[in-house]
Amino acid sequence: MPFAIEIKQVHKRFGSLRALGGISLEIPQGEFFGLLGPNGAGKTTLISILAGLARADSGELRVMGYDVVSQYRHARRRIGVVPQELVFDPFFTVRETLRIQSGYFGLRDNDAWIDEIIERLDLTDKAGANMRQLSGGMKRRVLVAQALVHRPPVIILDEPTAGVDVELRQGLWHFVRELNQAGHTVVLTTHYLEEAEALCSRIAMLKQGVIVALDTTRNLLRQVAGVRLRLRLAPDRLPAALGTKLIGADEDSRVLALDSYAQIESVLADLRAESIQVQELEVLQADLEDVFVQVMRRH
Amino acid sequence: MPGFWTLLHKELLRFWKVSFQTIAAPVLSALLYLLIFSHALESRVQVFPNVPYTSFLIPGLAMMSLLQNAFANSSSSLIQSKVTGNIIFVLLTPLAPLEIFAAYVLAAAVRGVVVALGVLLVTSVFAPVSVQHPLWALAFAVLGGGIMGALGIVAGIWADKFDQLAAFQNFIIVPLTFLAGVFYSVQSLPVFWQHASHLNPFFYMIDGFRYGFFSAADVSPGVSVTVVGGFLIALSALGLWLLQAGYKLRH
Repeated sequence: MPFAIEIKQVHKRFGSLRALGGISLEIPQGEFFGLLGPNGAGKTTLISILAGLARADSGELRVMGYDVVSQYRHARRRIGVVPQELVFDPFFTVRETLRIQSGYFGLRDNDAWIDEIIERLDLTDKAGANMRQLSGGMKRRVLVAQALVHRPPVIILDEPTAGVDVELRQGLWHFVRELNQAGHTVVLTTHYLEEAEALCSRIAMLKQGVIVALDTTRNLLRQVAGVRLRLRLAPDRLPAALGTKLIGADEDSRVLALDSYAQIESVLADLRAESIQVQELEVLQADLEDVFVQVMRRH
Repeated sequence: MPGFWTLLHKELLRFWKVSFQTIAAPVLSALLYLLIFSHALESRVQVFPNVPYTSFLIPGLAMMSLLQNAFANSSSSLIQSKVTGNIIFVLLTPLAPLEIFAAYVLAAAVRGVVVALGVLLVTSVFAPVSVQHPLWALAFAVLGGGIMGALGIVAGIWADKFDQLAAFQNFIIVPLTFLAGVFYSVQSLPVFWQHASHLNPFFYMIDGFRYGFFSAADVSPGVSVTVVGGFLIALSALGLWLLQAGYKLRH
């Protein structure tokens, strides 16, 4: 079975700017994959090259086994991209837009599926409305619908929830999760790291055009961030030995960063040695934001 | 090929939905030219024997409108899609460069021909016009529309902004069509300007089209169709190459 997406040593420059510096990545079919990174990391450039909107200087990219340049017709039939920019054609209604997009892929009599995605994305009331009349959130839904109109096995969502209200966000994730469970491979870029943490089984982090972390979400959370300990102490002071572990403090508590659970015992021993009582203790799980910040700092 | 038909259909719908601006307006402009020029020159100018000046003007105006509107169609569609970003809806699809090219060119030619028919229909009220060689007239109409559709693609791909496209239209297309013998026969010009006019490819389109109506022209229709056909092939090759290379489209 070919990979849903296979990327080998992809380089891309825009003038003197290195956008991608040798990206290699394999995404198996059926995965919900996250592509994270700060602005300008190269996420959108990579997606654009996969979708044929840009061309790599060197390297090889395949979608479901098809080369995106030499076999572009096959590759593009198998990929649906929700672009980051809120673009639309002001001449057409929602339904016309979807029918036209469907026709570009050679699909006639696709109305049953179009009706279904219109309904699933809560666009039924707006199906006859001109694109110009829609709010930003509604336009975003149409972009998602356009990406799905040819039932691509691989779906790429480039920051699909930027500027979108909570209701749509939840509805969209519910729908995308269902698609993933039905076997579609989903690649997501987002700045909402809690979304990536909740949805993606594996994550790549990009910085300045190179992959700086690539692992399952669970491993990333486990390996990179360690454990954080929130303590309320009496008296409210910290032994000097623990000073290096302090990463935050608020009115009445302090937060320590530990490498592992095993260090909790030695922290308590240090406190006992100076007769400091623990009034409250909370073990905080690292979240993806902590991982992201650490990874970006390290590279 | 169904993807091609969809893109063609979309491009036709695009101008049809705003037909007041894309068809009615150029027909009105041509009618105004006819009324003004024929009023001023009818009694003073006779280009071909037994052809009143107003009748002489009509095919030229129809062809000029055809050329300008065919160019406007493909070029404005492309630049709008590029500037607003919705060009990606076409670029993300499996459509081949040839399919994209053919759909834009055909839609442009259709708009040009519809406008020309409108001009002929409205202006024929003011002067008798008979088509002596309908096939020649049709051939030049289709070739002219195709050339301008292809040129519109080249300009639409090249231009990054609306004002660059407007400059292309106002400083190249409009002067070349106006100076192509719409309002006069180039044989009435001084020798130098006669030769200069023969370097203008638009002249052959209008002259050949007019031959279809009056069985009279400045150069033979065989020469005109050769020049026009060659021009179409060259521009099509350029347009296709730009699409194939993804110039200014696929970065």
